[in-house]
Amino acid sequence: MNEELYQAHILQHAKHPHNKEELADATISVPAKNTSCGDAYTLQLNVQDGFIEKAAFTGIGCAISQAAASLLTDKLTGMSTHEAAQVSEEDVYTLLHVPISTTREKCALLLWRALHEALKEHHA
Amino acid sequence: MDTTAIRNDFMSLKDGLVYLDSAATSLTPEPVLEAMNEYYRNYRANVHRGLYAEAERATERYEEARKNIAAFIGATADEVIFTSSATAASNMLVYALEHTLELQEGDEIVTTVMEHHAMLLPLQELAKRNGLVVKYAQLTKDFALDLEDLRELITEKTRIVAVTGASNVTGRVACVPEDTLTTGARPVIVRDMTACVGHMPVNMSALDADFAFFSGHKMCGPTGTGVLYGKKEWLDKLRPGYFGGGMVDSVTLDEATYHVGVPGFEAGTANVGGVIGLGAAVSYLTRIGMDEIRAHVEGLTNYAFEKLGALEGVTLYAAPPEVNVGIVSLTLVGVHPHDVAEIAGQHNVAVRAGHHCALPLHNALGVVATTRASFYLYNTRDDIDALVEAVNDARRTFN
Repeated sequence: MNEELYQAHILQHAKHPHNKEELADATISVPAKNTSCGDAYTLQLNVQDGFIEKAAFTGIGCAISQAAASLLTDKLTGMSTHEAAQVSEEDVYTLLHVPISTTREKCALLLWRALHEALKEHHA
Repeated sequence: MDTTAIRNDFMSLKDGLVYLDSAATSLTPEPVLEAMNEYYRNYRANVHRGLYAEAERATERYEEARKNIAAFIGATADEVIFTSSATAASNMLVYALEHTLELQEGDEIVTTVMEHHAMLLPLQELAKRNGLVVKYAQLTKDFALDLEDLRELITEKTRIVAVTGASNVTGRVACVPEDTLTTGARPVIVRDMTACVGHMPVNMSALDADFAFFSGHKMCGPTGTGVLYGKKEWLDKLRPGYFGGGMVDSVTLDEATYHVGVPGFEAGTANVGGVIGLGAAVSYLTRIGMDEIRAHVEGLTNYAFEKLGALEGVTLYAAPPEVNVGIVSLTLVGVHPHDVAEIAGQHNVAVRAGHHCALPLHNALGVVATTRASFYLYNTRDDIDALVEAVNDARRTFN
């Protein structure tokens, strides 16, 4: 892995994130906040018959949380909720494909934590 | 002031680190490390208890540190209580005031939007427990405390007035003018002096506060040290906040009586080595001279204003240098403060990003977070140039 954190693909996702939109037909909306740095997102899923028809997010945050949100929502769209529940921290790091230091873990995993909250809510 | 000689006292700077995060915690000079090492190596013992030589020496050095620190802030030794941090001091003080003041529902606390959470949250919780009202003085131009607002908020119902000595975000020095306190009975005045002590000359007797607190680790002392200052006449009547060993007069299974004054507020074994280190830090700062340190930091703040202020897309959240303890927070348009700090880190420049434990202040400033640079006696103009280069790099990276 290249040691550089702000590689072209991260900057690309940070500046032009995918799926950054308000879902009018969302079946689940979960807030994700990192109060220590002011990052605040909402993860939205449109789940139909156990499948994530569309994953999207809104909000503001640093380049790492923004890129992670973009990549994760790309991955989630089309997955079954059971598959989505299997998405691990490691998977997020693989998607980012840059070295994440201890202090940036919270940024990288912010939306991922919201995903697991969302699935809990969905199954409840 | 010989900055080159000073820098040689700080081993952390040896490998080219540009340390601009002293408002989070300062670096430690060699004499402080030596004083603590000497305690741990040669006379490690508890204080105020043993009757052997090491215990007597430890007690002497611990009490000597108290005298030193008291003199450093224009107080007397019987007004200086050691705690484990500024936060521990403020929480203990708030409990002690709760045990002493006979607060009534509807009584008021007046504080400011400039406060660090260490002052704000214990007061909020105190208010919740007792049905008190907390009122906040706002800011005026140049990030100054609005003294008119403060004046209007203080009424005959006000029991506690808590005003920071200086903001840990904008560096702005604050005060409680005498004429704000003319209405009714005098409320208890509390000052959070964490951003001030060790960064500018501080004289508690001139400040006219009933209580004040600060941490040791932001003024060249070790982590795990803090001070609660209380005016002598207050400490004589204040009920303890914390209870335990070392602060008792007599104890039965039904009740206890407590030492009066400072010994009644130091329950449990103190951070003896840390306090001795803090005493050494005060000696170190005194030897260099607080006026000299203040002038040096003001010069650096001026230079930072000139250099950082000229950068495209940069907004400074910092008080003018002459009323600033050496803290400059900033935002760079289009780049999150965390990313600015990360790129600075790649340049070996240590700054902090976030809300710096002052969320209400960030709300008042209209930003979610900032990147903060803070200056101290070991910093140079080269350090600020390195930060400027890092900010430019952040802009290039994200454009």
